[in-house]
Amino acid sequence: MAAFLLSFSYLFLSLILLKKPMNKLKPFSSDFDPLRHESPSVDKVGVEERVARIQTRSIKNESKIQGLKLVLNMIDLTTLEGKDTPGKVKQMCYKAMHLLDAHPGLPATAAVCVYPSMVGIAKAAVKGSDVKIASVSTAFPSGQAPLNVKLDDTRFAVENGADEIDMVISRGKFLSGEYQFVFDEIAAIKEACGKARLKVILETGELVTLDNVRKASDIAIHAGADFIKTSTGKIQPAATMQVTYTMLMAIKDHYDRTGVMIGMKPAGGISTAKAALHYLVMVKETLGDAWLSNEWFRFGASSLANDVLMQIIKMETGVYQSSDYFSID
Amino acid sequence: MAKKTDKKISSWDFSPSPEGISHIELKDKYDLFIDGKWVKPSSGKYFESINPSNEEKISSVAHANQADVDKAVKAARKAYNGVWGKMSGKERGKYIYRIARMMQEKARELAVIETLDGGKPIRESRDIDIPLACNHFFYYAGWADKLDYAFPNRKVESLGVAGQIIPWNFPLLMAAWKIAPALAAGNTVVLKPAESTSLTALKLAEIIEESGLPAGVVNIVTGFGDTGAAIVNHPDVDKVAFTGSTDVGKIIQKAISGTDKKATLELGGKSANIILEDAPIDQAVEGIVNGIFFNQGHVCCAGSRLFVQESVADVVVKKLKQRLDSLYVGNPLDKNTDIGAINSKEQLQTIKKYIKIGQEEGAEMYQSPCSIPTKGYFCPPTLFTNVAQSSVIVQQEIFGPVLTIQTFRTVDEVIQKANNTPFGLAAGVWTDKGSRIFNLTTKLRAGVVWANTYNKFDPTSPFGGYKESGFGREGGLHGLEAYVKLS
Repeated sequence: MAAFLLSFSYLFLSLILLKKPMNKLKPFSSDFDPLRHESPSVDKVGVEERVARIQTRSIKNESKIQGLKLVLNMIDLTTLEGKDTPGKVKQMCYKAMHLLDAHPGLPATAAVCVYPSMVGIAKAAVKGSDVKIASVSTAFPSGQAPLNVKLDDTRFAVENGADEIDMVISRGKFLSGEYQFVFDEIAAIKEACGKARLKVILETGELVTLDNVRKASDIAIHAGADFIKTSTGKIQPAATMQVTYTMLMAIKDHYDRTGVMIGMKPAGGISTAKAALHYLVMVKETLGDAWLSNEWFRFGASSLANDVLMQIIKMETGVYQSSDYFSID
Repeated sequence: MAKKTDKKISSWDFSPSPEGISHIELKDKYDLFIDGKWVKPSSGKYFESINPSNEEKISSVAHANQADVDKAVKAARKAYNGVWGKMSGKERGKYIYRIARMMQEKARELAVIETLDGGKPIRESRDIDIPLACNHFFYYAGWADKLDYAFPNRKVESLGVAGQIIPWNFPLLMAAWKIAPALAAGNTVVLKPAESTSLTALKLAEIIEESGLPAGVVNIVTGFGDTGAAIVNHPDVDKVAFTGSTDVGKIIQKAISGTDKKATLELGGKSANIILEDAPIDQAVEGIVNGIFFNQGHVCCAGSRLFVQESVADVVVKKLKQRLDSLYVGNPLDKNTDIGAINSKEQLQTIKKYIKIGQEEGAEMYQSPCSIPTKGYFCPPTLFTNVAQSSVIVQQEIFGPVLTIQTFRTVDEVIQKANNTPFGLAAGVWTDKGSRIFNLTTKLRAGVVWANTYNKFDPTSPFGGYKESGFGREGGLHGLEAYVKLS
């Protein structure tokens, strides 16, 4: 009898264990669910090596000019300061549309990125142009507010004309393993966005490991992100090539599983044309040319544009100009 | 969710970015470097060195015969008895350091010549071959005055004259692997580079000449197999060091049997690269690419047999194919080229022969759809699936950009299969679990086992094989030991 009970409970136990398979294939099969399945592991040393190799690509002549113009057109020109005023925002919006009037043929930036309170001002300022309005929301940058506040924050921005919402995830919840909470929050904000595209900021500087970055990317994509974004710009390190590479591979696996494209936005810390070109090479060699437009790739940056402009002028005239020849709105 | 779209918004290609060649200095004709002087070959014969990426002649190189080799060995013996064998380690070290520094100063020139002569991408010769060659000289220079500490409580003596024969896949690096430890230990050298890639060894001879190294300490004799045979069979050679094919290695071993010549042989390989199901897949795919397509697969320790656990086989193969498609094959001098030219026409024919055998064996082939130049010797990166241990392309060394992919179910199975080969040079293991790494590394019979990486080299780390991959170690303290007599 005892033996029977023992074998019965053994059978029962193994049934329970069988019910929760941690199939390593899952991240690559169509029924992958980051809340139930492990994400693929990421080897930091390998990522660093891959990124280093990408940085040895030599971008010259025509491809450099083409790349630099692409970079300008991918910038979310950003001001996110406590001291932002309508005056500052209006001037930045003008810069976004007129990067260097002395040099015709240059694109505008993709968007301007502001706080919700400045969305209305910015919307009016870029009227008639292709420049989109991106607004941070969800109690940016910490995200330490209740969901209803975050939803109100988001709706306010959308109602004032935001085309894109840059939300932050709850990093504290993520780090304590409450993935479901993080997922639900993103899904709720996505719903509040309506037609606005949702960028989900992982704040990778607080997630620390690449395994965490991958997990958070998978959760964000699964919860409805249109874009995933590295950082708020308020925490160091902000965007790095390693982190961006890890996120690009999450986007790639999602695309391979579902055929659905997700956008990528590294933000913070990318201030030179050379670094920006390395990011483009990385996108090209991981996701392919289809992602090389501002519909699918953005740079969150405030000072990148002028360095790119300086390089374009250098390419065309052969000489560097002083920074005083480039406006600093 | 974002809408599904396949619309290609823009395409962005890299403009050609060729490394300049105006700064290099190459002579039209190279003589033999014997006893500190450039001497004409006694036969008067020269052969052409060809650029494999465009089939154009770069230079002419002297063909040394037995008489020339004899002259070189005599010069080496004289230098050993007269100067080098008696010199203090501290003084020897100074010379070796000087050679290392001069190589560094000429690194760019050496890299370009290596690429012109051998067909490897400039990215590799610039970032790997040349810096590593310099590092070997630096590393062994440091040992020259510390031999008593390298082998504590032993009496350390040099061997005498070392005859060294090196292959065409890493011409300057192999010269450094051979010459640096030999000199540090107090030996003199007669070195023969491979006939298709003599030029960087000859540039090294120029550097050695300029460095003021005493005449005859290093002699460089160029030529074919007959030149190599003359070195191996010369009665006054104390030590033979050979890197190359297993076939030639066997001939050498026969030739020196019954003599008291010491030998190290670094021969062929068919190394296993093992991907377990918990591996970081994307990084493993990079490792597979680095393992087999590094230097067009002309690497004795190339990870040419890929083993993937069945549960992740489909995704690994899929990702591998995608990655293959993003590799640039073409002009080796272009800084963006990932895969350059096959070293010689003969080698290209060998590779093509094996590709044909693979297809005839019923293996499934995938080649990246890259465009390859019409002139020169090129081979697109190639994968074979649906192969078994019994397939010829799994058993024999192809020495080209050709990877065979087998699947396995359990760790025990893969250990058995990985060891089931006459070779045993290297292996790679990819897993997220430390305990698995230790389990596999202790059971794989290979001289080098890499964990979560592949094709990593360092002067401080010994390198060499089991079984038909040879014996003796090069690099590190072990490499030094191969050039000394301990008592």
